Amino acid sequence: MDSLSILSCPVPELGSNLLLLAIPFRNDENVAVSANSSITEVLSSSASGMVPEQAATQNMNQFINRVFNRQRIRQDWLGNVRADLLAGTVVALALIPEAIAFSVIAGVDPKVGLYASFCIAVVTAFCGGRPGMISAATGAMALLMVTLVKEHGLPYLLAATLLTGVLQILAGLARIGGIMRFVSRSVMTGFVNALAILIFMAQLPEFKGAGLTVYAMVAAGLAIIYVLPRFTRAVPSPLVAIVGLTIVSILLKLDVRRVGDLGELPSTLPMFLWPQVPWTLETLGIILPYSLGLAAVGLLESLLTAQIVDDLTDTPSDKNRESTGQGIANLVAGLFGGMAGCAMIGQSVINVKSGGRGRLSTLTAGIVLLILIVAGGQWVRQIPMPALVAVMIMVSIGTFSWASFKNLRLHPKSSSLVMIATVVVVVGSHNLALGVGVGVLLSALSFARKVAQVIRVTSTLNPATECRTYRVAGQVFFASAGAFTAAFDFKEALDRVLIDVSHAHFWDLTAVGELDKVVLKFRREGATVDIVGLNEASVTIVDRLGSHDKPGALERMLEH
Amino acid sequence: MPVILTCTDGSLYAPSIYQHAAWAAARLSGSIEILHVIDHHREHSPIIDISGAIGFNAAAELTEELVKLEEAQGRVARLKGKAILEDARRQLANIGDTQVSVTQRHGSLIETLEELEPHAELVVVGKRGEHAGAVQSPLGSNLEDLVRISVRPVLVASRLFKPIQRFLIAFDNSPSARKAVAYAAESPLLRGLECHLVMVGRADAAHSAALEEARAELTRAGHTVAAKLKPGKPAPVLAATVTETAIDLLVMGAYGHSHIREFIVGSTTTQVVRSCAIPVLMLR
Repeated sequence: MDSLSILSCPVPELGSNLLLLAIPFRNDENVAVSANSSITEVLSSSASGMVPEQAATQNMNQFINRVFNRQRIRQDWLGNVRADLLAGTVVALALIPEAIAFSVIAGVDPKVGLYASFCIAVVTAFCGGRPGMISAATGAMALLMVTLVKEHGLPYLLAATLLTGVLQILAGLARIGGIMRFVSRSVMTGFVNALAILIFMAQLPEFKGAGLTVYAMVAAGLAIIYVLPRFTRAVPSPLVAIVGLTIVSILLKLDVRRVGDLGELPSTLPMFLWPQVPWTLETLGIILPYSLGLAAVGLLESLLTAQIVDDLTDTPSDKNRESTGQGIANLVAGLFGGMAGCAMIGQSVINVKSGGRGRLSTLTAGIVLLILIVAGGQWVRQIPMPALVAVMIMVSIGTFSWASFKNLRLHPKSSSLVMIATVVVVVGSHNLALGVGVGVLLSALSFARKVAQVIRVTSTLNPATECRTYRVAGQVFFASAGAFTAAFDFKEALDRVLIDVSHAHFWDLTAVGELDKVVLKFRREGATVDIVGLNEASVTIVDRLGSHDKPGALERMLEH
Repeated sequence: MPVILTCTDGSLYAPSIYQHAAWAAARLSGSIEILHVIDHHREHSPIIDISGAIGFNAAAELTEELVKLEEAQGRVARLKGKAILEDARRQLANIGDTQVSVTQRHGSLIETLEELEPHAELVVVGKRGEHAGAVQSPLGSNLEDLVRISVRPVLVASRLFKPIQRFLIAFDNSPSARKAVAYAAESPLLRGLECHLVMVGRADAAHSAALEEARAELTRAGHTVAAKLKPGKPAPVLAATVTETAIDLLVMGAYGHSHIREFIVGSTTTQVVRSCAIPVLMLR
């Protein structure tokens, strides 16, 4: 089983697939898996076939066990009642301006964001995997909906939200939580910074053509938010800013845009509403691309936030349950007239800072939000937009990783490049999923480039027998294959060549093909070639995929 | 050598816990592992700042602040635990010459037990924990969780240790009760002790047959069994029987019902454990 442990080193999440793969390789001697395509087929068929299904059933059971563990339930819900109620209320107050602001970004009535925030907060309180994390309507998600809303309208957004939920539930059951390992720290930092920049940029239209009043109010709001905590921490300063500016704007009858001008606010509890779209393939074609992006970004930000809350509180979370929970939350939100959402970095930090640790804090945030908005709708309508802008600027400042400026100098260039590329792509495309994709790709390339340097080929000549022994050590794979081949001197006239690969690892088909090429090249020069010391990992790959030791190898090579 | 996993928190019950553990170790010819778990109660925050504003590097600053506070608390908790474990060693050395090892872990008691239990033969805990003052205080809900996750028998120590001569099996013919009977029959822990078997319920044929079957199993194993079927409600009847016959140890299958039922009706097991002032050996 050595081969398996070696094989699964760099891709541990594939361990189970490789285990299954290894069995036909070892036992079924009749099946010649000589062509390169066949291993790819085996890989893809087992990856898309039985493995996830079995895993899904098993995961479903584990999911149920986790959800109904009595001790967990009590600790998560009742471990911290007073502080959770307080923190949840603080969060609810901060959620109102955010939910409204994100509705504006998405181009829908404030009630869509507010209903979504209520549904998502309440559902994730029960189904989420990270107690104390706050999920609601978010900017990252809102940005992805803009064109869908503009071109097709709200019903399609609701349908897309449903589909997002379904996709996320599937992702959770398929244990997508583990995939976060491939998102490096630099990509994460890029994601966070890009998100902060986008939230900030979304506030700029409020300033367009605005008079001095707006600038003055935003400045006053920011001043209250940041200065008040120096004097008292007993009241949330963003709340004071909002209330203060609202009162001032009413008293002075200031001519500014108000929340009431943005569209409909909730006046009742959310109602069950099946999205009014034709349930056809055409509709699916419209919403699927959006749903895929929403599902990916939602999971990404949620799992990232879960990690932040894990680190803050020094407690673990269940990332797969969180993924499923986000899915259920979006499903519910879509059915009750809300837009898709996910976890919020800023709000979750506010919650933890306010002492919120349990699920009760998230539930409180959702319920208090709805009570405030339904009962105090008259007042919410009066909130001047500059007050919201001030709060959102605070959120973007709190979300941005300011240390990354300092780190640009300290971190390796490749890491900084990944971070900046992520930010640039996101800010350019307004699509966080795209930016993260580019970031992940770049960090994988940079990793491959680094590991490709871990290869060394040395050789010694025995003049008596005209035999040269090459010793290969290190990692042979697609990125290092060129260096591998270049290390052999084919011009040297030899009787015998010994290639000792006992300290090498052959990772992929490129490596195998490259070894084949080296052997065939030497053979054509008339030398006898022997390979010694293939460790078991290499044996598994080379035996099955290589062609140099099979009859007619040279001819087959010539055919191509 | 079988390991008696002994959980202590240095509470009022600690001396009795050690004595019960020593008794079990002697009977099973095993060694004692004393476990102290430092529960940091991460479900509570040391910081409550409801200013609601987040500034530059909010998450990093908050982490730093939290780490600073928890670092100090953590150090104190660890030293306190060390003192408890030292004391446990001393007390056990005074009782006898059982082989003793100590383990200190971070986390909650339940999750730590889940990790350590598989290599143990028996788990010993106190009826009430650190914060228990009055005798009438509700039984630690921790205990139920602990027994529920436990794959090993759990010996719940009473406030005071008394040499154990007579034990009573509270039998209700549930799977866990039958497990308790099987354990009493097989284990050297209870061999040679005076055995009482009591079933509380209506005197009908089914009950009698089940009781008779359990009695036969115990008799085959060499116990002399006094079996009785008594009418009434389990908790008070068992409590009365325990006092009347001067029982030293109650053996029972625990928490036979689902979580949901017990959320609503309350647990018979908890009532029984609460109403008897003797140690209880629970099997799940």
